[in-house]
Formats: sequence, C-alpha cells, structure tokens
Amino acid sequence: MTCHSALKSLLGGATLALALAAPALAQETIKIGAVLSATGPASFLGDPEEKTLKLYVDRLNAAGGVGGRKIQLVTYDDGGDANKAKTFAQRLVEEDKVVAMVGGSTTGTTMAMIPVFEDAEVPFISLAGAIEIVEPVRKFVFKTPHTDKMACEKIFDDLKKRSLAKIGLVSGTGGFGASMRKQCLAVAAKYGVEIVADETYGPKDTDVTPQLTKIKGTAGLQAVVNADFGQGPAIVTRNYRQLGITLPFYQSHGVASKQFIDLAGEAANGVRLPASALLVADKLPDSDPQKKTVVDYKTTFEENTKQPVSTFGGHAYDGLMMVVDAVKRTNSTEPKKLRDAIEATKGLMGTAGAITMTPTDHMGLDLTAFRMLEIKNGEWTLAN
Amino acid sequence: MAELLQFIFSGLTVGAVYALVALGFTIIYNASDVVNFAQGEFVMLGGMATVFLAAAGLPLPLAAIAAVVITVAVGLGLYLFAIKPARGASAVTLIIITIGASIALRGAAQIVFDKQFHRLPSFSGDDPIHILGATILPQSLWVIGGAGVILAALWWFFRVTLTGKAVLATAANRLAASLVGIDTRFVVGLSFALSAGIGAIAGILVAPITLTSYEVGTMLALKGFAAAMLGGMGNPIGAVAGGLLIGLLEAFGAGYLSSTYKDAFAFVVILLVLFVMPGGLFGARSVERV
Repeated sequence: MTCHSALKSLLGGATLALALAAPALAQETIKIGAVLSATGPASFLGDPEEKTLKLYVDRLNAAGGVGGRKIQLVTYDDGGDANKAKTFAQRLVEEDKVVAMVGGSTTGTTMAMIPVFEDAEVPFISLAGAIEIVEPVRKFVFKTPHTDKMACEKIFDDLKKRSLAKIGLVSGTGGFGASMRKQCLAVAAKYGVEIVADETYGPKDTDVTPQLTKIKGTAGLQAVVNADFGQGPAIVTRNYRQLGITLPFYQSHGVASKQFIDLAGEAANGVRLPASALLVADKLPDSDPQKKTVVDYKTTFEENTKQPVSTFGGHAYDGLMMVVDAVKRTNSTEPKKLRDAIEATKGLMGTAGAITMTPTDHMGLDLTAFRMLEIKNGEWTLAN
Repeated sequence: MAELLQFIFSGLTVGAVYALVALGFTIIYNASDVVNFAQGEFVMLGGMATVFLAAAGLPLPLAAIAAVVITVAVGLGLYLFAIKPARGASAVTLIIITIGASIALRGAAQIVFDKQFHRLPSFSGDDPIHILGATILPQSLWVIGGAGVILAALWWFFRVTLTGKAVLATAANRLAASLVGIDTRFVVGLSFALSAGIGAIAGILVAPITLTSYEVGTMLALKGFAAAMLGGMGNPIGAVAGGLLIGLLEAFGAGYLSSTYKDAFAFVVILLVLFVMPGGLFGARSVERV
C-alpha cells in the first residue's frame, strides 16, 4: 500500500465517521452561522461583533444552553469583501447547515448575502445599518441596529429643537455614507430642514478640508452633518476644527465607538450624535427600562475582552438574543419556525432598545431607542 | 482668495506625502528596474511601528527613530531574502515578488500590530496657523518641510558622495558600473534601505494628520506610483513634482468641481499628460538602442 492510498482510506474513514456523527449532533445543537468583517476596513465593526458572539455563546453553553440545547457557532471572516461574504454565506447554508445567521457587519456584505439566505429560507439577522436591508421587507431578513433614516430623523429633530434649519451635509461615498446621505435628503423636508451644501469624500481620503472649505463658504449655514462611519469622520472632525468652523457639528451613530474619540482627539469635543443607550450606560437614570440590559452587557464585554464597549458588539448581542428568544418560544431549531418566531419578537430588551418585530417591520426599533449624545471632555454625555 | 489658499495648503500636504512615496519608487527603480509595490507598506510600517513603540512607553522621538530603523531592516530583508535570490529574473518577475511582499507585510502587520486605526500626537500641537483667512496645521508644515529636507539630503547624497555617485552610475548602466568596480548588488540593497527609510519617515510625519492602520499603504502606493509615472519614472524631481501636482489636482478637483469626481479628475489629467508625453513630465525621451 502506498503512502497516498493509506492517506485516502484514512480520510475516507474520517469522513464516514463525521457523516455518521452529524445527524446525532444536529438534534442537540443550535447551529448559528456568523459571517463577519473581523479584519479589513470594517474590522472595528466585525471585531467586537465576533468577540461578543463567542463570549455569549460560551456563557449560554456554560449555563446549560438554551432549553437543554447547546449552541454551536460557526464564524467566517469576510475581510469586508462582499464577494467573500457571499461565498461564506453559501458555505453556511450548504455545508454547515446553520439554522440561523447572525452577521453581515456592513451594508455591502449584507446585501450580497441576502439572496443566499432568502433562497435557502434560513433566517438572517444583519448587524448593518442601512435601511435597504429591511425595506422592502424580505421574508427571512431582519436587522438589529438603528437605521440611517432614524439617525437623520433624530439629528433633524435635535436641529429643530435648537431652531437650526440650514445645514451642510458632508458624506462618505462608501455604502453607509451614501445610503445615509440619501435618507437625510429624503426626510429633511419633513423636519423643515434645508440642505444648503452637499459634499462627499472617498472612503480612503485623508484630507477633507477642500470640501469643508466649500461648505464653510455657503451662505446662511447653521450646522453641519457628517454621514459616514470608520476613520473618515475622525478626519472630517479634525479638519472641521482646523478650519475653525464653530457651528454645531453632528456625526451619525456610525462613529459611536470610543475609537472615534481617540482618533479625533480634542476635536471631538462638542460633537453631537444619535446613538444607543449603551454608550452612556452608567449615566442612565435607574428608572430607565434599558439600564439593566446595557449595564450587564457593558460590564461583561469589558471584563472579558479588556476593550471599551462599542455599540457594534451590542448589535451582535441583540441578534444572538433574538435567535435565543425565538428558540425558547418555539422549542425548535427548524429555520422556518425560527423565522416566524423572530418576526413575532415582542418587547425584547436589547442594547439598541426594546425590539418589537411585525410582518412589516423587520427591525423593530423606534426613535426612542436612540439617545442624542454629546462628547464632552472626551466622554459621551446625554445631550439636553 | 482664502479658499484658493486653503485648497493649495491641502494639496501641498497631501501631495508631499505622494511625493515621498514616489521618491521611494524612483530610487529602487533607478538602481534595479524594479517597481517596488511594497513601497506603501514601508510608509505603513513607519507610522504603525511608531504608534506601537510609543504606546509601549518609548518617548516619541526615540520611537520614531526605532521605527525608521525597523523599516530599513524590513526593506533590507525584502532585498536579501526575496529580490536577491531571484537575481537574473526579469523585472516583471521581481515586480510580482514585491506585490507578494506587500501582501505579506500587510498580513504580518495585522498580527503584529492590530486592525484598528491609530493616531500619533502632533509634533507641535493641533492649533492651526492662520494665513490670509486660510488655515494650515503645524503638522502639515512638518510634512512639507520633511519632504523638502529629504529631497535636499538626497540631492547631496547623489551629487556629492562617492556612494551616491555609484548609485547614479548603476542607474545609468549596470554593466558599465560593475566593470569599473562598483558593487551593483550593494547599490541595489542600499536603494531598498534608502526607500524604506524615506517611506518610514513619510509614514511618521503624516500619521498625526491622516491616521494610520495596517492597510494605509495600499492607497499611498497607488497614488505614489501615479505620481512617479506622471513625473517620469526614474526622475526624482519628476517624482516630487508629480506628487505635488496630484495632491493639488485632488484638492482643486474637490474644491472647485465635484468632490464625488475628484479622483477621476486627477486621473483624467494624468492620462492626458501621459497621452501627450508618454515618458511623463520630466521623463527622458527614451531612445531605442539597436
């Protein structure tokens, strides 16, 4: 017998053993897939998301699992690449045979994966921001974070309270920035806000002073809104202060991580942004119904990862809890039953707010889930 | 007027970085005919190593020097372990090796450092300097000044020192240079070290303005390469002029035309220039030897 054929028969035996073991396992475990951008330009999203999922799956399993079933997490890293995400999504449904998917760190990767899960009829809870994911509603697709449309509305609401009407918009040309720009333009009229300047910049641009100079020179300007996530807003914020613009400056929920404050430095002070309660967990009044959930998550995450909490990890927590909640209610791991149960989620308290899904709303959050924050002395504070 | 000045400041700052990357391309290309696509990774290494050494407790100047030394070592390593063993291979093969090296370096940086964006403190504070209604950060002056000093030092090195002249001789004609006793392999190794050093310094100077992460090199390599081509591959003055020009084109494109099309605008101009002057702005008219 040659070395080659020995290896082959060994492999054959192993495959057979696995194949025999698989059905037995499938009945006992809840197999959840996660395609995340743990590396690459969106790693600040995918990294805390991955850590959160692993951490909470371990904790749930250590506590005896969900209704006696253990959770098995299958994660893949798409590096922020939509094509890779799609390939991994196919692997999740065809080879790994997951019963639900919690993942899709960016709007780009999510949109690429949607057809795969729709075809396979496996529930897909996305962790990305854009409203396109759940509008129009797709049968098997849900999402946990607030949408960019809500972010625009919350910002405009705050502008209205401060009697500011003429704003400059500067947005990134990446998926998130482009989508939020569109939503802001669409809802502006509803809040009596007029967008007098509308500029963009590329995702890898390192200097936005020309665009901001143009905005600064616009007549009647009263405030500036930056729609983007990642390092771009940090550069915009620094350029904003460099040019000595003193008008109120708004960022989106896309920058709601401590990293933004670190990168923007002094320039971050005075910036307002809509974000989930997670960032100000300790500062919430005890009467706040969300306080327990966000404080628990924050402490658990920070103790175990030694990293400051970010809302993005919180989205993964919400997604996982939605699946867990659905499994508990149906006492089943059948993907279609899980889908129906997820759609019937009612009042589940997550880090982003109380989640109540309906057949027409696959996000389940309203404006109250957003808090308007202001950065003061390098710390998040509740505005107003 | 204030607007115009602001665009010029922005363009010069960004352009100075492109110029330094283009210079790195030029030096290695001259000595070895290799277009080193790992040039952007040198910039990344300089910035990231400084960030992490400073975080480890080293004072900033010391961290910066150490980062330059590390990057030069990586540049030499690239030559000794990847380029030199493949000597005799065609320039295209060597270029492919550098692309591989750039991917490897980026991957290693993800593991050795991390995947986050980082910022260095500005060398002379963050208070902008006001000039005629426009503003410029003190750090931008560091970048522009740094590029000027490096250019002057290179000029001195190539024109005055014997080693520098040996590099020029190798660039002109490798065979003739080795016939008169110049160790051309040493020259190529030196050019890699030099390019790595320049890249690292550029990376450190811009990190307070542009932020740095393990993958900032990709975009810089692309823009730096475009700058080198625009100026005329192999011409240091052309590299600097090309870099500044692209920086200014981007700033004017974003400021006066549409910010959405600013990159397209810059590249259209580059295409037009290369269409009329295939050798670049300062490129030698190539003469086909028979």
